[in-house]
Amino acid sequence: MTELVALDPLPKPKRDILPLLLPLILAVVMLPLIGSPSSWMTLTVASLAMGMMIFIMASGLTLVFGLMDVLNFGHGAFISVGAYVATLVLLPLATWVQADSLLTNLAVLAPAAILAMGVSGALGLIVERVLILPVYGQHLKQILMTTGGLIVAEQALYALWGPQIIPLPLPTSLRGSFIFGDIAIAKYRLLAMLVGLAVFLAIQITLNRSKIGLLIRAGVENREMVEALGYRIRRLFLGVFMVGSALAGLGGTMWALYREQVHASMGNELTVMIFIVIIIGGLGSIGGCFIGALLVAMVANYGGFLVPKLALVSNILLMVVILMWRPRGLYAVTNR
Amino acid sequence: MTDLLTLTNVHTHIGRYHILHGVDFAIPEHQTTMLLGRNGAGKTTTLRTIMGLWAASSGQITLAGQRIEAMATPDIARLGIGYVPESMAVFSDLTVKENLVLAARDGPLDDNRLEWIFGFFPALKRFWLSRAGGLSGGQKQMLSIARAIVEPRKLLLIDEPTKGLAPAIIGALIECFAEIKRSGVTILLVEQNFHVAQRIGDAVLVMDNGRIVHRGAMAALAEDTLLQERLLGLSLEAHQ
Ligand SMILES: Nc1ncnc2c1ncn2[C@@H]1O[C@H](COP(=O)(O)OP(=O)(O)OP(=O)(O)O)[C@@H](O)[C@H]1O
Ligand SMILES: [Mg+2]
Repeated sequence: MTELVALDPLPKPKRDILPLLLPLILAVVMLPLIGSPSSWMTLTVASLAMGMMIFIMASGLTLVFGLMDVLNFGHGAFISVGAYVATLVLLPLATWVQADSLLTNLAVLAPAAILAMGVSGALGLIVERVLILPVYGQHLKQILMTTGGLIVAEQALYALWGPQIIPLPLPTSLRGSFIFGDIAIAKYRLLAMLVGLAVFLAIQITLNRSKIGLLIRAGVENREMVEALGYRIRRLFLGVFMVGSALAGLGGTMWALYREQVHASMGNELTVMIFIVIIIGGLGSIGGCFIGALLVAMVANYGGFLVPKLALVSNILLMVVILMWRPRGLYAVTNR
Repeated sequence: MTDLLTLTNVHTHIGRYHILHGVDFAIPEHQTTMLLGRNGAGKTTTLRTIMGLWAASSGQITLAGQRIEAMATPDIARLGIGYVPESMAVFSDLTVKENLVLAARDGPLDDNRLEWIFGFFPALKRFWLSRAGGLSGGQKQMLSIARAIVEPRKLLLIDEPTKGLAPAIIGALIECFAEIKRSGVTILLVEQNFHVAQRIGDAVLVMDNGRIVHRGAMAALAEDTLLQERLLGLSLEAHQ
């Protein structure tokens, strides 16, 4: 009886790889425009490193929006807090940071990053319970609450550490570059790329291979149905929110080291860029967020080199172009 | 015969609209009860209210002696209800297998039960590792039903499963529902197509304007064409 049905042809599952090719195409097109291969290489590596750091900061936000439709304008607070926590560890241990030994450097860097993630994640727990729980489903109130939260966090950092920029020197063994012929690759950028790639792979494996990951993907698509299957999605969301906050803290730490400074409004300043990234990528899509972060970083680096005057508007331009091509972002995963 | 599910004077508001105006019915255990009514009568709203997806603004809903109208959706589902929504709501980004893995809340997939399901719906076996989003409408419906029965459930709420499907698939679904019922499950099934309804149902409820306007045996309604005409009017003809 059902043979008829079983023989229905199934359209070949086509993987949508066009967005994946974008960064590649952009890089290739830029090579002749920039001219010198070594400048191109430097800019490309800088883009990849910056893109990975932005991805780490933005990945949590896209899942938070995709899963629960929560607009968190305060995500930048986790970035700043993470950076300050890491600084609090790194500054007193300056001798370890300045030691010319990779092991000693890492022995202080790793705990600093882990503590930054822990504090940001814990702060995420409080923010979700106190600020977001009461305003589920109400976008305007979410924006007000989370923006307020960001202002409070920023002012608290000002009050505790003052308005000045705090210098945060890179550990000695991460300074300088690896030289290949006339190409120089900054060591810290390489590290940032590796960490970013590791985070991306860890998230992808979790989303694709674990039941929790399946629940997150299913919840992004249709959270009512996930609840109707008997899963308490609020708990899942709290977990995602905390992990996202912790990742923002890690990203903030890495960003601060990249810039070799921290200041109280750094998270706030990164917020617009992060929103652009997750909108370009398609809200709720980790793959889209990854590509979006790369594109934003490439446009910033290549654009800054070729037409410095465009630097201020290049992100917005990129977003407009992408949204004209795909109005819901590179990968549209939610049905909202 | 005991009643598994009872609704007593249930009112539901969606936003500021008053949709259910005191719904009253009882679903006897181990039977298939059809919920009929014209478009917009409130059938979907009734199922969603039982699932806690809309909150009942007043009235009582009892499942196996337990009050559920104030419970959260996941807790209601965990009492043993499988839900097949009108939109099917398969997770299109997940494979057929992953959809069922999620639906099996209490542990890994049970091979025997899977074979039982594949018996009704061989297409699911064939497309086991395909993205659910690529399935045809009928196959999505099969997946949505499979998801509701992948573990034993007491009660199934199924919303217009045959809508837009070819006769061959409808036949397969009818056989499947009969088999599920034989396994001891209680079913509340919304159906617009009266021919289909009379082949499946033991009991029948007819809804209009957010109220139950008729309840009785399916066989009795099937014989009484005048009553059918009065209750269901032309809207059912239009669906055949
Ligand atoms: N989200 C909503 N917001 C406002 N009104 C709604 C909403 N969902 C349903 N309604 C209204 O509630 C009434 C009952 O709708 P419901 O979907 O329960 O009907 P139904 O009997 O399932 O109809 P159908 O046969 O078309 O599926 C309709 O008048 C509909 O317009
Ligand atoms: Mg309906």
